[in-house]
Amino acid sequence: MAVTKMFGAAVKRREDPRLITGRGNFTDHIQLAGTLVMAIKRSPHAHARIVRIDTSKARAMRGVVAVYTGQDLVDKLAPVPCAWLVPDSDLKVPPYRAVAVDKVRYVGDAVAVVVATDRYIAQDAVDAIEVEYEPLPAVVDQEKALEPGAPQLYDEVPNNLAFHWKLHAGDFDAAWDAAEVRISRRLVNHRLIPTAMEPRGALAAYNPGTGELTIWCTSQNPHVHRLLLSSVTGLPETHIRVIATDVGGGFGSKIPMYAGEMIAAAISKDLGRPIKWIETRQENYVATIHGRDQVQYVDIAARRDGTITGVRVRAYASMGAYLSTAAPGVPTWLFGLMLQGPYAIPVVHCDVYGVLTNTTPTDAYRGAGRPEATYLLERMIDLLARELGMDPAEIRSKNFISKDQFPYTTPTGLTYDSGDYEATLNRALELVDYQNLRREQEELRKQGRYIGIGFSTYVEVCGLAPSQAAGDMGFQGGLWESATVRVHPTGKVTVFTGSNPHGQGEETTFAQLVADELDVPFEDVEIVHGDTDMVPFGMGTYGSRSTAVGGAALVHACRKVKEKAQRIAAHLLEVSPDDLVFENGRFFVKGAPDRGMTFQEVALQAYLAWKLPRDIEPGLEATHFFDPVNNTFPFGCHICVVEVDPEIGKVQFRQYVAVDDVGNVINPMIVDGQVHGGITQGLAQAVYEFAAYDENGQLLTGSLMDYAVPKASMLPSFTVDRTVTPTSVNPMGVKGAGETGTIASTPAVVNAVIDALAPFGIDHIDMPLTPERIWRAIRERSR
Amino acid sequence: MQISVTVNGVTYTHDVEPRLLLVHYLRDVLNLTGTHIGCDTSQCGACTVLMNGKAVKSCAIFAVQADGAEITTIEGLARDGQLHPVQEGFWEKHGLQCGYCTPGMIMTAVDILQRNPSPTEEEIRHAIEGNLCRCTGYQNIVRAIQYAAEKMRSGS
Repeated sequence: MAVTKMFGAAVKRREDPRLITGRGNFTDHIQLAGTLVMAIKRSPHAHARIVRIDTSKARAMRGVVAVYTGQDLVDKLAPVPCAWLVPDSDLKVPPYRAVAVDKVRYVGDAVAVVVATDRYIAQDAVDAIEVEYEPLPAVVDQEKALEPGAPQLYDEVPNNLAFHWKLHAGDFDAAWDAAEVRISRRLVNHRLIPTAMEPRGALAAYNPGTGELTIWCTSQNPHVHRLLLSSVTGLPETHIRVIATDVGGGFGSKIPMYAGEMIAAAISKDLGRPIKWIETRQENYVATIHGRDQVQYVDIAARRDGTITGVRVRAYASMGAYLSTAAPGVPTWLFGLMLQGPYAIPVVHCDVYGVLTNTTPTDAYRGAGRPEATYLLERMIDLLARELGMDPAEIRSKNFISKDQFPYTTPTGLTYDSGDYEATLNRALELVDYQNLRREQEELRKQGRYIGIGFSTYVEVCGLAPSQAAGDMGFQGGLWESATVRVHPTGKVTVFTGSNPHGQGEETTFAQLVADELDVPFEDVEIVHGDTDMVPFGMGTYGSRSTAVGGAALVHACRKVKEKAQRIAAHLLEVSPDDLVFENGRFFVKGAPDRGMTFQEVALQAYLAWKLPRDIEPGLEATHFFDPVNNTFPFGCHICVVEVDPEIGKVQFRQYVAVDDVGNVINPMIVDGQVHGGITQGLAQAVYEFAAYDENGQLLTGSLMDYAVPKASMLPSFTVDRTVTPTSVNPMGVKGAGETGTIASTPAVVNAVIDALAPFGIDHIDMPLTPERIWRAIRERSR
Repeated sequence: MQISVTVNGVTYTHDVEPRLLLVHYLRDVLNLTGTHIGCDTSQCGACTVLMNGKAVKSCAIFAVQADGAEITTIEGLARDGQLHPVQEGFWEKHGLQCGYCTPGMIMTAVDILQRNPSPTEEEIRHAIEGNLCRCTGYQNIVRAIQYAAEKMRSGS
């Protein structure tokens, strides 16, 4: 594709004027006459039998319109479906009722629902519902949940084991036997809470006259939600319209089908009134998915020269109390396939146990499986480097898949499209002035000051595709994306995209693509997303796929439009289409630039249709469903520099350098922003955030008072740079930039802190590296 | 209880329940939905508005406490179709992604620059501690506020 004026330009976002003036269209802003407010009564127990529910006091309150228990909704709502049925894993999907019927299985499980005339009354009524529970022993830890005698969540799922997934590529036992160096570790990749700033919510409006349901909700994938809502409510898809225009962040947490939205839809249908439900933040913390939560046992086989010859992982993933929509795919495919990282490791051996526990369900959280794989590898390669006395940069370089090996087939069966890993490492080393930094580290250590330099070299899989692979992996959907490009008689363009950005800025970047493809003014292009009645179909925004897949769909649709416009222009100019040139928004005859017509003139003629031949339909629009041949594989190198105060265990950030390669970049300002935010979320896992449960299954970090979402003062400024290695998977050569930061930063930060603590003989501390954990580790070693 | 509140230059009189939060009064009664709600413990700052010129979290104030007060919300910040320099800074410097924390963040920034027209990066990072953003990592928010500070200094 020709790099023209909009591609690569840091265009200011067209989303911003409405968002900086308070005119966004978030779900809770929509108001309909006659709306009732819904609130959910949730279980305070992690595991209990429901003995009795007394709703009489709540029903008697003024302003309360209806109260529903789980039993009342059994006939109105089918169980919440699981949409990633991982094959060959003995997967057991336990029934997941939107409102619990006989048993609650985590703190936050819904037990009853109130509908009232306002939110305050609804909350009072929730408090007035009396539920008698028979508490049962709870199990929170996934390893303990597998032990004999552990509390059982379901009769249908013996030993709480929802699945056991295996990926064995190569002969690990042989690699282990032949290894000159062997490193084994237990690593904990702890649980996180996504915390999109906009909580989830829905406004469901069922029209009893037409039998149609319109639902505004906080969704990353409105069409997928329409499909799932259809399956649980029994309404045909044709009668459901899902709208999610402005969504206040998602990070994966707004992909799944949840109880709240389903209940609002069912009750709206039952009462024939609009129902609004907006969760509180504390509800969000227990009833919206959590992320990560794996315990990993890792073995690395290597030679003395630092060459890694095999990796073996046994991972225990806590799935929570139910299997959320995409949950089984996260610790399996999205994790296991990437266990060789950017290294030429010939043998990968992975066993994953998906375990049900009395906790909030887990599912995809920014990175989803790939951060868990990257952290594991990057931590282990540092341990190996230390064992061998090698420099962490050198050992990485030694193991890299080299530039001339692409496309590279991994032992796990992926084909890495393109890469130059050495280039990102070298650029990052240059930016931190590595040799001088190591010298400074030596000097400071003599003064009793401890700085550490941490590396993370990563590759990730994104632009998730193709559909055939999705089918092989048991994903109950395709992984294409659609776009319709409609040129109006005036030459202005509306694009309908199946992607549903919620902060990523595609209203801007997609318009940049169209402006270039059709050579029309940027201002003339309108991007429509987030409405199932407007957009033909779409798979949504997640897995860093919107630009690589959705953007490619619209580029292809533009090319179909242009081809038709060229045929029309050729007919009107009385030449063959091959005799026309398209430049600066104008078709003209080769060698006779005066004989031509503008794109806008062609558009008008397409709609007037006065002079069209019989074999050209009037109108000018095209739809394209793009199903890429492969995923894309962005990569890069992040280096973090910290200073640790050994007296109090505090980590101070000195420098953070990120050199990423996401292929060609449409809007560098937006990509930089994605990288900043991504780094922040990964860094926060390393040192701040931790979803903590007590042994009874109470979430101890159940509000923003207790869960450490980083504040501005807790973060450094990031230095962001890029190399550019395009992909051939899509016509623009773009790879995806939404998750790179999160995947890369966690190990970079942890490795930096551990490097700083090397003089104390510390080679690992499980995250988050809080002052207390660091201080304790130093004290233990000093004894 | 009857209250009289001036919001973005318009005076409103309403009968409200004593327990009604100011943020719900603004959103549900006045239909000013630019003021957002992101938590229930006064941590996130999405609901920040100016009350008598000072930034307050409108989820931590009852509507009745605003009786007689002058409130400015995000909808009242731009004047005569001209964006406030802080709004302009957020647009210029890509200080927002999903835009949910943005109104509160902007109102806080307005308050900061009234008190300190030339804040350092460290002072800005400290001053916006009461506002959480999950998208940007704050780096461009800091730049947006620096942009506004410079613009306001050169404009005055």
